[in-house]
Amino acid sequence: MDLNQLVTTSGEWLRGSGPESDIVISSRVRLARNLAEFPFIGRAGQQDRTEIESILRDSIMQIQESGDLEYVNVNELKGIDRQFLVERQLISREHAESEGARGVAIARNEQISLMINEEDHLRIQVMHSGLDLISAWEQIDRIDSLLSDIVNFAYHPKFGFLTACPTNVGTGVRVSVMLHLPALVITRQIDKVFRSLQKISLAVRGLYGEGSQAMGDFYQISNQITLGKTEIDLVKQVGDIVPVLIDYERRARDFLVRESHENLHDKVARAYGILRTAQTISSEETMHLLSSVRMGVNLGLIDDLQIPLLNELFIHTQPAHLQKLRGIELDTADRNIERARYLRRHLNKNNGDESGKN
Amino acid sequence: MMKCQKCNKTATFHITELTKGKPEELHLCEDHARQYLTTQSDEEPAVTPSLAGVLAHQLAVGQTAEELARLDQRSCPVCGITFYEFRNQGRLGCPYDYVCFMAELEPLIVNIHGETDHVGKISARYPEGTEHRTQLVRLRREMKEAIDEEDYELASKLRDEIRKIEEPPKKK
Ligand SMILES: [Zn+2]
Ligand SMILES: [Zn+2]
Repeated sequence: MDLNQLVTTSGEWLRGSGPESDIVISSRVRLARNLAEFPFIGRAGQQDRTEIESILRDSIMQIQESGDLEYVNVNELKGIDRQFLVERQLISREHAESEGARGVAIARNEQISLMINEEDHLRIQVMHSGLDLISAWEQIDRIDSLLSDIVNFAYHPKFGFLTACPTNVGTGVRVSVMLHLPALVITRQIDKVFRSLQKISLAVRGLYGEGSQAMGDFYQISNQITLGKTEIDLVKQVGDIVPVLIDYERRARDFLVRESHENLHDKVARAYGILRTAQTISSEETMHLLSSVRMGVNLGLIDDLQIPLLNELFIHTQPAHLQKLRGIELDTADRNIERARYLRRHLNKNNGDESGKN
Repeated sequence: MMKCQKCNKTATFHITELTKGKPEELHLCEDHARQYLTTQSDEEPAVTPSLAGVLAHQLAVGQTAEELARLDQRSCPVCGITFYEFRNQGRLGCPYDYVCFMAELEPLIVNIHGETDHVGKISARYPEGTEHRTQLVRLRREMKEAIDEEDYELASKLRDEIRKIEEPPKKK
């Protein structure tokens, strides 16, 4: 697969369409599976890992669903290309940073990725733009069933599908939605919301799996439990909470518009101003400001920008994307200059002049 | 008798914590163990159920150091992992561990999931998919050990057994 072809697009999860896509960025389902005849990755030697990779790779490329799957040997990739796949959410950070035989099969439209030799032998992922969990589950279920006809997945009648870590055993399914919740952050309600989610066994993480203070106000909500419930119940458990969170976020936005319109408009306009004029800017600050601008566009406070362009800027200003777009490797200081240049170029070309409309 | 790391009382709790992949042994008295475990869960709101936390909780409950030591030495006949290694790494060694450590894993699984029985998708290929094939894990390990010990006669015998179990190679 030619990664350079992917660089100029924004990837499935930031496509910016699908139901409720002003708040729900993407819907994702992951399945953990292991081959019955090999030890789990922690006790697998180089020989085992190589065999696991070749068996799974051959099987994946055989199944019908994979008409447009392409295989990437992650072990042979340069660091920047591995980072690039992490930024696009096609592989996990752990997969990028581990060692030995491993790879990923990716669908051209980036909706499907199958990681081989991650924490488990196989991690299947299906990701759809917007709120679309049911069809993401149906798609991954189909892929899993097709693979089960070819390989022997480790399974026990009591515990279900067996995984390296007991936290994933049973269904092996992790259902998640990524939400953009800037107004809940501004109104300081986000912690309260998350504490209540944890009480009902839902986990919350940031954009790339980091902890509390999420980058760009993106949050992933996912199920914690994988055993003792059916897959569809787990899909519903996550899916049912989404309308509630959307409602909270909309109410917080209404509150801001109503009660502190000038402050909100000022915050959004300043964020836009900085992004259009900065000469050097970090990835964190960019995410933070883009988040305000994105909310401003959704609230009609900025009318000369489109969500797809903003979504694209979120991903194109990530370190590996920035360097691949530029075609050279850059250190942090040079990246910050290049990032500012990239933002100025893309945010000022829409209306042709330097003064933003208000 | 081992002393608590934070005071002079006897350490009755032996906790293995996984921090950045590096296992760290903590020996604490009851009071300090409770304090440690509760602050833990406050500081890092469990993003995924912290396996280390659950393990620590579970193994701390009324277990003497000797009992723990005996349990730690038990190993899986298939992949060779000891329970101690599992506690340290938080990852199991092979599918058969769910069978051979079932008694130890069940309470742990209840802690994490609140349930012990799978009700989701059923594997179309059980039982020949798992039970029979875990033997391959053991045979491959024994073969590797035989080669390491330069016992090539045993190694080739094991190779034949492995071939018998493995399906004829699928065509590419
Ligand atoms: Zn003490
Ligand atoms: Zn084992």
